Amino acid sequence: MNLLDIFKRRGSAPVARERLQLLLAYERRSRNQPDLVSVLREEIMAVIARHVQVDQDFLQVSMDHGETTSRLEIDIQIPNKIAMPMAAAF
Amino acid sequence: MGKVVVVTSGKGGVGKTTSTAALGAAVAKTGKRVALVDFDVGLRNLDLIMGAERRVVFDIVNVIQGTAKLSQALIRDKRLDTLFLLPASQTRDKDALTEEGVADVIDKLRSVFDYVFCDSPAGIERGAQLAMRFADEAVIVTNPEVSSVRDSDRIIGLLDSRTMKAEQGESIAKHVLVTRYDAARAARGEMLSIDDVLEILSTPLLGIIPESQDVLRASNVGAPVTLSENTNPAARAYIDAARRLEGEDLPVVLPFERRGLLDRLLGRRAA
Repeated sequence: MNLLDIFKRRGSAPVARERLQLLLAYERRSRNQPDLVSVLREEIMAVIARHVQVDQDFLQVSMDHGETTSRLEIDIQIPNKIAMPMAAAF
Repeated sequence: MGKVVVVTSGKGGVGKTTSTAALGAAVAKTGKRVALVDFDVGLRNLDLIMGAERRVVFDIVNVIQGTAKLSQALIRDKRLDTLFLLPASQTRDKDALTEEGVADVIDKLRSVFDYVFCDSPAGIERGAQLAMRFADEAVIVTNPEVSSVRDSDRIIGLLDSRTMKAEQGESIAKHVLVTRYDAARAARGEMLSIDDVLEILSTPLLGIIPESQDVLRASNVGAPVTLSENTNPAARAYIDAARRLEGEDLPVVLPFERRGLLDRLLGRRAA
């Protein structure tokens, strides 16, 4: 660190402002909407339950928000022991 | 008909109760009749800040449940005869308040007082929503700090959707009161500035209360800062904020704590 850095050092307030602006823009948009993740979780569960018996706990739905796109992650664990009714028909 | 003002914030510890006491006392000093209502059932503190903790006999829950009359529960301030306090219950749980009961109490207070200040509990749950439910105006107490500003934004959302006025299609008048502001740190870029806070919340400013030792001293002795030491910067800022609340058009100036040479040399800050 040289002497110039002391003078160049910016305060942390601009970082705080930027973080808040980004976060609140997102939070305000989603405030009056139903929770998308839990709606998706329920509907996905209903579709799967038509074909396979899966416990609620084995379905994970999560959403990651990136700068330009968001990633929806769905993780379903199906125990091998469970008989697949469709497969059994053949 | 009196005006009902909720003092709210979402986040705890930002100065709701201190601000309720200070603003209420400042308005009462002008001769207006003022009632302060503590909505923090289970964790009441406004009585302590007002120095009336030993005079509490009945509380808002007694009034709602019909075991005491409103006039019996109201405590008249010993210093100002236009200032009254309706304490919260310390023992019951927060579900003791009902919407009908609160509506009734607020209606009665509104007909007798010029101003009714509702001191909201922290959070966004039932207690906080009941405190704001019948308000005409809201004072949103905010510290220049990220979590406080975020929670204020959330509370503003609730004020615009969950209050009686909002549900009737009217809008509730909202004001931001920035507390614990350190102008020197903001000038160095170490603290969110007033402009930052106002831009983010897009809500008009009621006042800026500087970080001050006198606020703690006032709560130590149980007197609103606007009554005990009305010459210090925090008290002056609260008095100006109260005048703006009453509709006066006063410019807001950035407060600077006066510091002696010794304070500067030792690097002391107002705390």
